[in-house]
Amino acid sequence: MMPAPPPVLLALFVTEPVSVAHYLVVGAILFTAGVACMATKRNALGVLMGIELVLNGANVNFVAFASPYLAADGARSLGLDGQAIALFVILLAAAEAAVALAITLNFYNNHATVDVDRADDLKG
Amino acid sequence: MMPTIPIAELLAGGVLPLAAINFHTLFFLLFAAVACGAAVAVVAADNVVRMALYLVLSLAATAGLFFLAGAEFVGAMQLMIYVGGTLVLLVFGVMLTAQAPFVTMKSAGGDRLLAGFVGVALLAMLVLAGLSVPSWRQPASGAVPEPTATPLGMALVGVRVDQPPAGQPEDAVRSGYLLPFEIVSVHLLVVLVGAAYLARAKRRKTPRAIEVAASVEPPEAVAEHAAIGRTRAAASVLTGESA
Amino acid sequence: MVDFLTSTIGLSGWLAWTVAATVSAVLILNVIAGGALVFIWAERKVSARIQDRLGPTRTGGRFGWLQSLADGIKLLAKEDLMPEGADGMLFRLAPYVSFCASFCAFIALPFAFDVVGQRLNVAVFFVVAVLGLEVFGVILAGYASASKWSLFGAMREAAQVVSYEVPLGMCVVVPVMLAGSMDMVTIAEKQAGWFWNWYVFHDPFTFVIFWVYVTCAVASVNRAPFDLAEAESELVAGFHTEYSGLRWSYFFMAEYGSMFLVSAMAAVLFLGGWNGPMPVAAILGFSEGTGDTAPYLVRLLGLANLVGKASLGVIIMMWIRWTLPRLRIDQVMTTCLKYCTPIAAVMFAGAMLWQIGLPGGLIPGAGRPGGEIREGWLEGPGGRAAAPPAADESRDVAQVAP
Repeated sequence: MMPAPPPVLLALFVTEPVSVAHYLVVGAILFTAGVACMATKRNALGVLMGIELVLNGANVNFVAFASPYLAADGARSLGLDGQAIALFVILLAAAEAAVALAITLNFYNNHATVDVDRADDLKG
Repeated sequence: MMPTIPIAELLAGGVLPLAAINFHTLFFLLFAAVACGAAVAVVAADNVVRMALYLVLSLAATAGLFFLAGAEFVGAMQLMIYVGGTLVLLVFGVMLTAQAPFVTMKSAGGDRLLAGFVGVALLAMLVLAGLSVPSWRQPASGAVPEPTATPLGMALVGVRVDQPPAGQPEDAVRSGYLLPFEIVSVHLLVVLVGAAYLARAKRRKTPRAIEVAASVEPPEAVAEHAAIGRTRAAASVLTGESA
Repeated sequence: MVDFLTSTIGLSGWLAWTVAATVSAVLILNVIAGGALVFIWAERKVSARIQDRLGPTRTGGRFGWLQSLADGIKLLAKEDLMPEGADGMLFRLAPYVSFCASFCAFIALPFAFDVVGQRLNVAVFFVVAVLGLEVFGVILAGYASASKWSLFGAMREAAQVVSYEVPLGMCVVVPVMLAGSMDMVTIAEKQAGWFWNWYVFHDPFTFVIFWVYVTCAVASVNRAPFDLAEAESELVAGFHTEYSGLRWSYFFMAEYGSMFLVSAMAAVLFLGGWNGPMPVAAILGFSEGTGDTAPYLVRLLGLANLVGKASLGVIIMMWIRWTLPRLRIDQVMTTCLKYCTPIAAVMFAGAMLWQIGLPGGLIPGAGRPGGEIREGWLEGPGGRAAAPPAADESRDVAQVAP
């Protein structure tokens, strides 16, 4: 008889409740997708989308640590601090997206393109 | 008194162990699949408008994940500010620059391969780190009181009414989040002014089409273009004259 | 509903939740679809009478009340067109995005005490957030139609909806502040009793805020006089020019659903929700609407109250549409940024000062304290009971409590 699989895997069969580790995996996937997006996209707006994905991956981590439903027995979660941090990350991401978009539109107005490969005026 | 309907017993004891389904987990898997799938689709898509759509889907599913984790206020904030504000801004930017040659731009194959390797390595490291701590792998059991948004709101004006985390005495003095709240407000104001200034429409002496034309065509053609522009309102364009 | 299913019928927990969720979803769908049917007929009749004509009179008898059904059947039978240069996936997806946003907002809307899809603690915030997602359907529709009229209409509408979210949020915060909670069930509960308990009559600032809310709500659902996104005389039909048949009807179900939703929100936040002008149930001796003891009839009465108030709001929106001329885009933006936002901000400050200065209301002794929830937290875990006396913040807040 096989030993019982760990609850982490059992949750894939929707019988066990999820724990922090599941949220961390989701956060890791979002973060990696964001990094890949930032690295490969030629469209400046694609790079911006990668930045948003990265920030969201981090937010998922914060909210997972702050959740009272997911914390193991005996350990108290981050609680309010994690949620407040996630809140401020959302606000700052909005501000940074606005500035990045303004820069992109400025670039588009001056060079008539959003291709980041063409931003090589300062190249030596 | 109505008799107990045996449907539940039939279903529970029958083919599928439906009674054992943990709906919280089911919805978590649903939202997580949408969020991760859409994130991968953002990387894989070439059409920038579709990338924007997949990003909206991914972030909306992340908001669902926040709701499932009990962070209802943060989830609603994510929907309102991130999806309903930041992404609308992004989509506006996409629409403004979605001229035909920029809608689909593929990068070099070698770049994508390298990014793929780095991505896989990063993902492996992050997943291993996430699964390494035993206390993170155990789910909570027992009843948890449903969280409300009042403590968060009061913390944002500087009054902490939640329990201190484990390891600190019960009457530890903890500061609220009033100062970061005010700093972020001023920050947003500064960003508003800065972005509006950066993206202002600059007055141009000649339309951009003529400038672009001037850089690739001989000067006579430029003069002709300028002339056609000046006399567009007149009927001389229709008769084919050039000024 | 879940308690009823578990205790009376004897279903196990998970099945009861699934059935309750399905029933709620189907009911909300029917409210939106049936409401759209009724409101389209009402619009045609109201607009006709305002224009001194009769409207539909033949279909289904004297008042043409089957006209919407006939229109629906016609739309179902239309050819499924798509423009040649259109992006197929986005073109097909756009109506559903719009409709889903409208539908999701109904989840948090209470129709009577505890007759709500899901009782959220952040219900008001959730509804305002989800209403702002409708704009994505519009932008996608405008872009995917590969037509410049559609794109112009979509961009204008998106700019308008996003701009009006700011004063809308500020207007919505005032009843939240008066009630002490974002839970719409709590907000409406606190307005129980006679009609002078309604928040619209609470103080003059809230009264003005109500009218600013009406303006912002009409603007955010793109109804006239703010409907330049669909301006027939300028843009053919705006973002849904290229849509025909069932896809077009999804946009209209979303529009009428949103109209009903913002009217119902106004009713819950300002006009007492499911409480009528007279507390009939309390006068007749039925129990107050608390939990399981409220009889079914009381909740039905409350439901009728709320639907009546929301329908009145929709009819008033139709009335305004056919009375006032359309605004230009710069006038729309001016109204938002130069009038609605400053007025909402000043009224919010005024309502806040009124709460601090006259917490019991204008008639001392007859008022309702608004800060129970906040005070409860201060006494509770980690609050005043646990905080050391050196914490200045809790003492300052404590002075406000009676």
